[in-house]
Amino acid sequence: MSPTKKRFDIWTVISLAILGLYGLFLLYPLFRLLLESIFKNGAFTLEYFTKFFSNPYYGTTLVHSFALSISATIFALIIGVPLAYFYNMYEIKGRALLQIIIVLCCMSAPFIGAYAWVQLRGNNGVITRLIESLIGHKPPSIYGFRGIVTVLSLQLFPLVHMLVSGALKNVDNSLLEASENMGVSGVKRFFKVVIPLCMPTILAAALLVFMRAFADYGTPLLIGQGYQTFPVIIYNEYFGETGTDHNFAAAVAVIAIVITAIIFLIQKWASNRFEFHMNALHPIEMKKATGLKNVLIQLYTWGVVLLAFMPQVYVMYCSFRATSGKIFVKGFAMTSYQKIARDVPLAVRNTFVIGIIALAMVVLLAVLIAYLVVRRRSKLNDTIDTASMIPYIIPGSVVGIALVIAFNRKPLVLTGTAFIMIVALCIRRIPYTIRSSVAILQQIPITVEEAAISLGCSKLEAFFKATLPMMANGVLSGAILSWVTIITELATGVILYNRNTITLTLSIYTMVSRGSDGPAAAYATILNVLTVISMLIFMKFSKNKDISF
Amino acid sequence: MSVKIIVKNAVKKYGDNTVIPNLSVDIKEGEFFTLLGPSGCGKTTLLRMIAGFNSIEGGDIYFNEKRINDLDPAKRNIGMVFQNYAIFPHLTVRDNVAFGLKQKKMDKKTIAEQTDKFMKLMHIDEYADRMPERLSGGQQQRVALARALVIQPDVLLMDEPLSNLDAKLRVEMRTVIKEIQHNVGITTVYVTHDQEEAMAVSDRIAVMNLGEIQQIGSPKTLYQRPANLFVSSFIGRTNIMEGRLKVEGGKTILCLENGYETELTNVREECRMDQNVKVSVRPEEFVINTEGKGIEATIDDSVFLGLNTHYFVTTKGGVKAEIVQESLIDSILPQGMKIHMTVKSEKINVLTEDGSANILTGVLNDKPE
Repeated sequence: MSPTKKRFDIWTVISLAILGLYGLFLLYPLFRLLLESIFKNGAFTLEYFTKFFSNPYYGTTLVHSFALSISATIFALIIGVPLAYFYNMYEIKGRALLQIIIVLCCMSAPFIGAYAWVQLRGNNGVITRLIESLIGHKPPSIYGFRGIVTVLSLQLFPLVHMLVSGALKNVDNSLLEASENMGVSGVKRFFKVVIPLCMPTILAAALLVFMRAFADYGTPLLIGQGYQTFPVIIYNEYFGETGTDHNFAAAVAVIAIVITAIIFLIQKWASNRFEFHMNALHPIEMKKATGLKNVLIQLYTWGVVLLAFMPQVYVMYCSFRATSGKIFVKGFAMTSYQKIARDVPLAVRNTFVIGIIALAMVVLLAVLIAYLVVRRRSKLNDTIDTASMIPYIIPGSVVGIALVIAFNRKPLVLTGTAFIMIVALCIRRIPYTIRSSVAILQQIPITVEEAAISLGCSKLEAFFKATLPMMANGVLSGAILSWVTIITELATGVILYNRNTITLTLSIYTMVSRGSDGPAAAYATILNVLTVISMLIFMKFSKNKDISF
Repeated sequence: MSVKIIVKNAVKKYGDNTVIPNLSVDIKEGEFFTLLGPSGCGKTTLLRMIAGFNSIEGGDIYFNEKRINDLDPAKRNIGMVFQNYAIFPHLTVRDNVAFGLKQKKMDKKTIAEQTDKFMKLMHIDEYADRMPERLSGGQQQRVALARALVIQPDVLLMDEPLSNLDAKLRVEMRTVIKEIQHNVGITTVYVTHDQEEAMAVSDRIAVMNLGEIQQIGSPKTLYQRPANLFVSSFIGRTNIMEGRLKVEGGKTILCLENGYETELTNVREECRMDQNVKVSVRPEEFVINTEGKGIEATIDDSVFLGLNTHYFVTTKGGVKAEIVQESLIDSILPQGMKIHMTVKSEKINVLTEDGSANILTGVLNDKPE
């Protein structure tokens, strides 16, 4: 046997199969997207790119997108990092409830937040009128830049919280005690020890928040009032009511990918400078704060979380209001629910069928890829690793458009099927699940698997009988988040769905876009209830009560 | 059924980095064979090549007459005990032990019988239904051993199995391991960097350094007649001194510091010539001489360990040395005191000047040529 050649075994087959899937469902669509942007009726042209860069209108949308993504990222970090710190360092009243609310906050589609904020703080919103009656004049408007940043920050800081909490769980208590011994405590310790220790995660969270804010088009659409952003063009050019230009949309999508790729590389460069690994032997022990400090901590944690949760509470409240036509009237009634009663079963069924299949695929593929990446390093598997990370930097709507372009023609027509929605969900969600699975796998000694092999297991059996059960708990806590993101996915779904494959989230979206506020609120409430139920089920079965990212 | 293991000209490379250049060893059927060496010497690498977890870049490994180079690790019928035990944390003690038998699709009754038998043998039957996280290190080690033995492997491989245990438990467990091995009579390859542990359990030891075997022999051989400087200083403690050999009137005389001379009767025929040599003197091979004869030295420090007292001295020539004396009832020699010491000439070892070979008779080395 030659020394360089690895043995050909079952894992090689799995590698090739996964690579094939990525080639077909990710690389091929992206390739078609690129072709679409540079070919017009079969002839090569750069006119779509020229159009983008020559018209200052499009340049402005780019500036807008950057301005609000950066602002939203900064605010989300400012709110989220202290929240994670307090949550993990001190005893907070009603932790379990707080945890569920935090997950609910970051998991609802952004446009629900935007929609609710318009109801609350719009020109004629409840809070706007309340403030007006108190101070005598209208408070500053929520519309435009300020509104988008507010909504996105409140929407995204829970993500920061969850990621940073994960990092804090790996901080060894002795590090904090040691710093206290050396005279660094309190606020000083937060800035000098805790922040630097969490820096890699904070940078990762910043990237994630930035990408979400950058790719979001629901919020600017609802609350922007003329503040045009970059993703809105893609959507309008592809699905707008008038003057759509698919080639131009493709070109803008390509530009979007280039920009996000650059951002990703910058982040990677920055985080490489902070790279280190921690593993806590003794996790941080939560302390009970006393006196004023305790009051402030409780106020802060519950305050920001409830503020972020307020839109959803309001939406749920709205779902029970009486309606007349499309307008809410005084009193309570179940009319909104009655209106949608006929369509709910299909939406719920789709949500669960598509969601469960997608989740199963995501977990299976992610765990296999993580295994290949960690335990079977090779050029082939490095390629898979890179390919699987591509969707991380591609806005959801671009994934959706690329899939449509690739699969609305022969030989493989998939548009309009539930299958293509599952594919989109897998592509979108797998990168996150891979990262968490890789982290889990790195903690498991390879000897456990070797022990199984020496006891007569085949390689695949050893993986399923020894390694996978050890990963199970960690994978499970990642899976619940995947589940919640899957059932609330909008970006790709809105491009790929049709009458038969509509889900709850998509139903909310169609109702909002039709101006049917009552039914939209009713759908949102049903979705929230299902999300809570699935989280409660998870918490019952999971050994550790924490949901990790 | 036990097997003999033959390793012929094995080569291990990681990329361009050769870890084991060319290694051969014969391990006898049923013996307790230890690979001993400092960390990074390739002992674990060799063990994993035998187990099948490392690829083999050259040479052959045989179990009896069967070449196993390309045999799947699962089909080699080996029992392996890992440094971190590698107990399955999601299975109970019983399920851990039964894992290999279930894998062989044995019938339930046999599995239960065999599992019980080996849990009893390892004294873990009372924890049968516990999860591993609730076991101590020593108990986990017993589970690992029971799990490896219950499948009745041809070969038992152990990779530093005691290094995660505390000192007292380590001594206790090595007795357990040795007893079990003798009872079961299985060919065992054991890896350790602890020479005392190796001496305590092994029938034979292979001392390794830099991917090569230095010497193979019984603990007694290695200690008393090491093949070279590395073995003499790795096994036990020793003092290395410069010396000169001269042949006068048919007698071979070893000249040490301070004009101290002693006759050697066991130098090999072909080495009896005037030459510079290295002399390896173990602490217990020095004798403190009260008549002013021998090497002159000053006592720097002393350590009283009950049975023995260790003296750390510096010779007049500036060589630091350690001496062990049986503790006497009267006082310990004080610091700064000048003493003279002679050597037990039948016990010391004399090596070539470069330390590559022992020039005395009676050096046994089972290393295959």
